[in-house]
Amino acid sequence: MNLLSNIDTSLLVNTAYIAASILFIVGLKMLGSPDTARRGNLLSSTGMLLAVLVTLVDQSIIDYTWILVGLISGGIIGYVAATKVQMTSMPEMVAIFNGFGGIASLLVGSAEFVGNPIVNTALYFAIYLTVLIGGVTFTGSLLAYAKLAEIVGGRPILYKGQQIVNSLLLLMIAVIGVEMIFLQDLFNSYETLLILCGLAMLLGILFVIPIGGADMPVVIALLNSFSGLAACAAGFVITNNVLIVAGALVGASGLILTNIMCKAMNRSLANVLFSGFGAVVKSASEGAVEQGEVKPINTADAYLILEAASSVLIVPGYGMAVAQAQHAVRELGELLEANGAEVKYAIHPVAGRMPGHMNVLLAEANVSYDVLVEPDDVNPIMETIDVCMVIGANDVVNPDAKDNENSPIYGMPIIEVNNSKTVFVLKRSMAAGFAGIQNPLFFKQNSRMIFGDAKETVSSLVAEFKG
Amino acid sequence: MEGQIILLLFILILSIFLGVELITKVPSTLHTPLMSGANAISGITLVGALLSSGSGEVLTTILGTAAVFFATINVIGGYLVTNRMLSMFKKK
Repeated sequence: MNLLSNIDTSLLVNTAYIAASILFIVGLKMLGSPDTARRGNLLSSTGMLLAVLVTLVDQSIIDYTWILVGLISGGIIGYVAATKVQMTSMPEMVAIFNGFGGIASLLVGSAEFVGNPIVNTALYFAIYLTVLIGGVTFTGSLLAYAKLAEIVGGRPILYKGQQIVNSLLLLMIAVIGVEMIFLQDLFNSYETLLILCGLAMLLGILFVIPIGGADMPVVIALLNSFSGLAACAAGFVITNNVLIVAGALVGASGLILTNIMCKAMNRSLANVLFSGFGAVVKSASEGAVEQGEVKPINTADAYLILEAASSVLIVPGYGMAVAQAQHAVRELGELLEANGAEVKYAIHPVAGRMPGHMNVLLAEANVSYDVLVEPDDVNPIMETIDVCMVIGANDVVNPDAKDNENSPIYGMPIIEVNNSKTVFVLKRSMAAGFAGIQNPLFFKQNSRMIFGDAKETVSSLVAEFKG
Repeated sequence: MEGQIILLLFILILSIFLGVELITKVPSTLHTPLMSGANAISGITLVGALLSSGSGEVLTTILGTAAVFFATINVIGGYLVTNRMLSMFKKK
């Protein structure tokens, strides 16, 4: 780099940052179709590589030792995590990665704070936001990870005075903000930074603690957004455009997904975040009465009905993932198609534990993506479908969402399987679903329950077809 | 400095609008790869981390190196797992 003057280097670096931004944007655009998505991801990663490489020629870097240590150790862990993770565990992985993004931005903000002697209000404001958002993202994501991995219980935790505690915490964060941004000379600045880190991390925990396991898809999407916003704020700290562009893209992405998830549950974001959904549900379902008798059916009889069906709709839920039944389901689907039936998979936006989770599992099992449909595609033609197979899904097919105004999920858009000719519900037992709500679908005239492990049930149906 | 802040804010606002336009076009079937891919992109904070990690100041280097470590996990892990997932999406 000795050949280049400072100005030339800066021009090179900034041109490369523009190119990197373009690659991120085009990469995301190509994610608009499964045909081009993989190339889009490749473009996006090329943009990242470019941004990192030109940053390394920056003349303010005087020692590369620790950079290499960080890059190599982080790279190894990232590589191992990405290649080893089970597709069923993607929600956990995305959750913890959100947290890593958050802590990285917090550390960048802190490093600028301790390394930059110039007192500047705008800079300190940016650092304050970076550390705050980064800290909340970090601990919030770790707790979300722990809830998803069932290290801690998924039930929402509500306690007396929660609102007061949260308000006090927010007040303290505001006060420390004023102190940090406007009164830098009054206190020891390192202490201020440490207190801010502590308060932000505490806020992250208190923010996720009251949210139940069933609402985790919303929380992951929101934390995804936060990790982008933290990077964006870090961009203001180091006055770097590419951080701002990339961070804003991620922030927008997370917010849109959050919005889609909320709509799919017919709830506002505030309701998801503050109401402790699972906790109130319990009392609502206690009053529920038995709604009739369930009609169990064995796989031999189920086979006869499936064999005669000319259209079959498979509705998967998280139970399918838990039973690892997706490969058996795909095999059954292929046999049904060979038998002349039209087979589709209806996927509710909140099925599984993160947006698009079911689609990935079915893709992994080799199900063609063009037979995966959304509720709005199938609900209008539900009457014409011979058999709906509900595999490990519960709340997303609960007719109470349409019919029962007292139900906690009233108003949530569902897949209206109860309108089809016959519904098979594959279920372990009569226990209530993830949200703990009774499901009258099981008692409908056209419903047949197939009890047992989803994988075993589907496998024995496959055996019936082959035998 | 003030002029620069305004310019950065300008970029921020435009980027958010662009992001909204782009992401609303992503089909729901690709939402999981979208999230893991977005995760990798948020690792862009690595750019800032590199500068801190190579600064030569002790405390800044420590914080920066930790940031490089976490951001690299995000970048490498995020892009690889997204690639792995997307390679599974096939049409027959």
